[in-house]
Amino acid sequence: MGAVIEVNELTKRYGGKTAVDHLSFTVRPGQVTGFLGPNGAGKSTTLRMILGLDAPTTGAATVGGVPFHRHPRGLRHVGALLDAGQVHGGRSAAAHLSALARSNGIPRRRVGEVLQEVGLAEAANRRIGGFSLGMKQRLGIASALLGDPPVLMFDEPINGMDPEGVLWVRRLFRRLAAEGRTVFLSSHLMSEMENTADQLVVIGRGRLIAAEPLRDFAARGTRRSVVVGTPQAAELAAVLTAAGASVEPEGSAGAERLAVTGLPAGRIGALAHENGIRLDELTTRTASLEAAFMELTADSTEYVAGQPR
Amino acid sequence: MTSTAPMTSTTPKTPMTTLASATPAARVAAPPARFRDLLASEWIKMRSLRSTPWAIALTVLFVIGSAAVATLTDKAAGSGPGPGPAEFLPYDACPAAGYWTLMLVASSMGALTVVSEYSSGLIRTTTAAVPARGSVVLAKAAVTAALWTAVGTVASTGSFLVSQAVLNGHHAGVPITHPGVLRVLVASALLAPVCALVGLGLGVLLRHAAATMVTGVFTLLMLPTMFSESNRWSADVKHALVSAAWNRLVQTWEPDPGSLGYTATITGSWIVYALWPLITVALAVLVVRRRDV
Repeated sequence: MGAVIEVNELTKRYGGKTAVDHLSFTVRPGQVTGFLGPNGAGKSTTLRMILGLDAPTTGAATVGGVPFHRHPRGLRHVGALLDAGQVHGGRSAAAHLSALARSNGIPRRRVGEVLQEVGLAEAANRRIGGFSLGMKQRLGIASALLGDPPVLMFDEPINGMDPEGVLWVRRLFRRLAAEGRTVFLSSHLMSEMENTADQLVVIGRGRLIAAEPLRDFAARGTRRSVVVGTPQAAELAAVLTAAGASVEPEGSAGAERLAVTGLPAGRIGALAHENGIRLDELTTRTASLEAAFMELTADSTEYVAGQPR
Repeated sequence: MTSTAPMTSTTPKTPMTTLASATPAARVAAPPARFRDLLASEWIKMRSLRSTPWAIALTVLFVIGSAAVATLTDKAAGSGPGPGPAEFLPYDACPAAGYWTLMLVASSMGALTVVSEYSSGLIRTTTAAVPARGSVVLAKAAVTAALWTAVGTVASTGSFLVSQAVLNGHHAGVPITHPGVLRVLVASALLAPVCALVGLGLGVLLRHAAATMVTGVFTLLMLPTMFSESNRWSADVKHALVSAAWNRLVQTWEPDPGSLGYTATITGSWIVYALWPLITVALAVLVVRRRDV
């Protein structure tokens, strides 16, 4: 079980605009792989090309070694939630799933099973038009699970979910990966990945920025620094610089703080003590995923508020 | 949000059971891709929309009602000059008002079966589930054709029976076995699926609701009124259109030999009936396979 998603030199141009630019990466089974990028980075276009909905301008995408569109029926190979709104509001959840299941020769009982699985059993016969976005996301996840596929792809699945729903969906993704499935999950929010993904594929402006384990990616971000608060900022700065650290003033006048890199917190405390300098604060600032993400994608953000380009 | 609370509370209980039953060993081999599964799927989609039965029932009632009105007023007009009564009377069951409405509704609803998927984005869900896009269009076309053939049959038979009931009251009715009557009924019944399929094909080609409706109404209803039968080329264009073909097929009397107009042939009109849906659906299948969804 499990199938690899292989994206090879994938390019999609719309007129003069390049949405996806020579993108190559591999998504492996048994892990949750996060697909990250700012809005407009080309994530959804890439997912559509993997699903064969859009034809690449050049390059290719395969799932389990086969271009997905070669399968006459898809649900048993890849389950996908592209956009929770891609349903007909006039149908009930059960009718929507029944039609999908039937088209793929999936037994009817699976409809009840997946509705139960996503917690929509009681809403099965209600019109989808009356669903909240969170419920539609659950319905989309149910349709992805229908065919019990080895590969699952979700585009921004957490949008509109309440905190409980977010916890539930994270557990679900972890479990699906633990069952040996390939789980590929897109988001524009780094924080969504922090507790979910093992691997990351980060893109910006259609180009690959990083494809590596989440831990490595986080380490690339802001270097470990220590924030020190002291009324004797100038003295301390001199002492720390002499000890080989680099010091940057932070904060405002009267509440001055120093961002110190190159020395651990303990050593800074000891130096301050030896020199009779009073410390009000001594905090180690750990590398943040969000910061790493912002740093790496800063140049590749498609839409930046207040900055016409 | 009243439903979210019970919803989430049920989830922790289930997790390991449902999908655990779906571990590799328990997975069944995929059955072969069968076209009849697609037909069944499209039928589920069709009947799960509340608007479908309502629109159909109202349309059928309107067609039958307009036949009744047409017959009543025709009788009131008395026996003026014109074709012999026995030839003309089946025609009372085919008033333009009723059948133009049927054409309008059938083409719109045929179009909606695909346009609603494009406008909501459901088409992407459908295509990811069934990457064989041409088969999806064909399945939709088959279900649409079957449904509207049934609707058309009820409407045309109903119109004929109501119309003849009115005429029978005045001992002027013709039996269903009367020469030419069967053709009138079949042509009127098939008008609905022909228009529904043209609408469906246009829907796939254009994808936007308004554009599809306007194009459908224009080609099926407006275009024929632009061309007269008094001149060869104009008559040829007119006779190649669906509503003119229907007009010819429900006309049970032969054209007046002294008439200056050109008249379509019966065979030609049947061919027009066949070609319009065939060409639009074939184009739709070709286009849908090449285009991004």
